[in-house]
Amino acid sequence: MKSYVEKRVICIICPRGCEIRVRLVDGKIISVEGYSCPMGKKYAEQEVCSPKRVLMTIVRCENGDLPVVSVKTSGPVPKDKLLEISRYLAGIKVKPPIRIGDVIIRNVLDLGVDIVATRPCMPVENKYSDQK
Amino acid sequence: MNKTYDVAVIGGGPAGLAAAIKTADKGLKTVVIEAMNRLGGIPIQCIHTGFGLHYFKEDLTGPEFVYRFIDKVMDRDIDLLLETYVEEIINESMMSKKIKIISPKGSWIIESKTIIYAAGARERHRYEIGIPGFNVAGVYTAGEAQAMMDLYGIMPGKKILIIGSGDVGLIMARRFVLEGAEVVGVVEILGYPSGLTRNIVQCLQDFGIPLLLRHTVTEIKANNGRVSSAIISEVDESLNPTPGTEKEVKCDTIIIAAGLRPRTKLLKKMGVLIDPRTRGPIVNDYLESISVPGVFIAGNALVINDYVDYAVEQGETAAESVHEYIENKGVLSAEWRKVIPGSNILFVVPHYVSGRKDVVLYSRVSRPLENTYFQIGGIGKKIPLIKIMPSTMLRIVLRKTELSKYIGDIVVEAVEK
Ligand SMILES: Cc1cc2nc3c(=O)[nH]c(=O)nc-3n(C[C@H](O)[C@H](O)[C@H](O)COP(=O)(O)OP(=O)(O)OC[C@H]3O[C@@H](n4cnc5c(N)ncnc54)[C@H](O)[C@@H]3O)c2cc1C
Ligand code: SF4
Repeated sequence: MKSYVEKRVICIICPRGCEIRVRLVDGKIISVEGYSCPMGKKYAEQEVCSPKRVLMTIVRCENGDLPVVSVKTSGPVPKDKLLEISRYLAGIKVKPPIRIGDVIIRNVLDLGVDIVATRPCMPVENKYSDQK
Repeated sequence: MNKTYDVAVIGGGPAGLAAAIKTADKGLKTVVIEAMNRLGGIPIQCIHTGFGLHYFKEDLTGPEFVYRFIDKVMDRDIDLLLETYVEEIINESMMSKKIKIISPKGSWIIESKTIIYAAGARERHRYEIGIPGFNVAGVYTAGEAQAMMDLYGIMPGKKILIIGSGDVGLIMARRFVLEGAEVVGVVEILGYPSGLTRNIVQCLQDFGIPLLLRHTVTEIKANNGRVSSAIISEVDESLNPTPGTEKEVKCDTIIIAAGLRPRTKLLKKMGVLIDPRTRGPIVNDYLESISVPGVFIAGNALVINDYVDYAVEQGETAAESVHEYIENKGVLSAEWRKVIPGSNILFVVPHYVSGRKDVVLYSRVSRPLENTYFQIGGIGKKIPLIKIMPSTMLRIVLRKTELSKYIGDIVVEAVEK
């Protein structure tokens, strides 16, 4: 007996949100329908086999003009790792100056992606200057 | 500070920054006045991606997006007044506006020939959406909570209930979970979520957060002055709570993500007419107020934009207009043609067109529609829409040549096939 499944995936690559149908036989993709561009097809195939996401979060920054710096993963990571990475980053502290694109952590948790800064953080003597 | 500017840009968010870059490039003496101690506006605190898909054809986070503009502003001869709040704008004449400002250095008046008003939007608060009760600790708007967490690193709470399923509410739900809080649910009064499907998937479904459609919060309970639970009820067809459906949900924090309203207090005070549909100013296709010449409005102060790209586009249009206005000593008079929102249309911006240039119309439908045509009367322009929700802003370009095919008012409609 062959196992036959159809999975519906909503593409999250762009705001259009195409509904894509992926048919699988014995876990192998046999057809993909409903996408409007090649990125969507790739996403849907990925999503049924091993869903991945880019993580966006913050890490603490000591003596910066803001107490946190925003970061993201340099590429998508397995969906079930999001919380784990986030928890790991909660224990990380960095120091200014930090510029957009600076690598905060290389190869985070051996997942093959880096954590990069998405907002600058500059040193300030008078911390939290906007709370004065 | 005894100089007169060509243009004073009020608000240093994406719309204001994009406008200032363009006016400076056209050689106009430009000042940007920003109330916060940093430029950037809302995107500075929006650490998620989703910015710049149209403008840069890249998916950037809010800060990455807006720093591209900040860097350009820094490279140019643009005066910056940070931590400076505009208290009043006085329209002296066509070519003279006085701006009353307050900053830590004191309060004084700035003079400028024109104004680009890009002060963004304010968030609706709990009383506007009819959630009664005492003012207790633990109730925040989504923007306040976002600033606390993602600018200042302070968690607003541990067990969180979100009211409103727009993109802002959905995105915040994911942020709370990633920061270690529990999100007990997202409550939405309508029968459908108002956010993008992609955000339902990647913000709620990914983390198993329940979405309660056709529900509202009817009471917030507190313990020692802090939120302790919320009473949630189902609503009927006319959105009234159904008695007997009440449920108590434990939580220590309630987030109001109930949408934005253009910030128009200063505009109203100087006589700018407001459209009750957009709750923003009534403008022509130069994005100039129809009642106060020389005041141009862009970004969320004009109309609530889903995409930052549109706010930037409006900023750039306003900058072009200011340039022409100063060259010609006013926007050249025209046979203004009215843009009328017809059936199934919530609003259209701008409200008047000159026919002298291409115009970008921004519009929303008034209810979810399927298999419709978005059509523009007289001009014979028809755009098929498979599925359209009120939460999706439509952007339609009307070419000058299309406009010249027909004389008279422009009626915009969404008609079912
Ligand atoms: C939570 C959230 C998430 C979003 N996510 C996305 C997204 O993923 N993708 C996307 O494309 N768009 C997104 N947007 C929309 C985008 O942020 C807006 O379209 C954009 O910020 C509008 O720019 P603006 O310049 O009009 O207003 P703002 O960014 O609000 O800037 C207005 C500026 O004016 C200043 N100001 C106000 N009043 C005064 C005064 N009296 N004197 C001096 N200064 C004043 C304010 O301090 C502020 O800096 C999001 C919005 C929110 C709220
Ligand atoms: S398939 Fe292409 S067009 Fe459709 S949502 Fe995905 S990226 Fe967007």
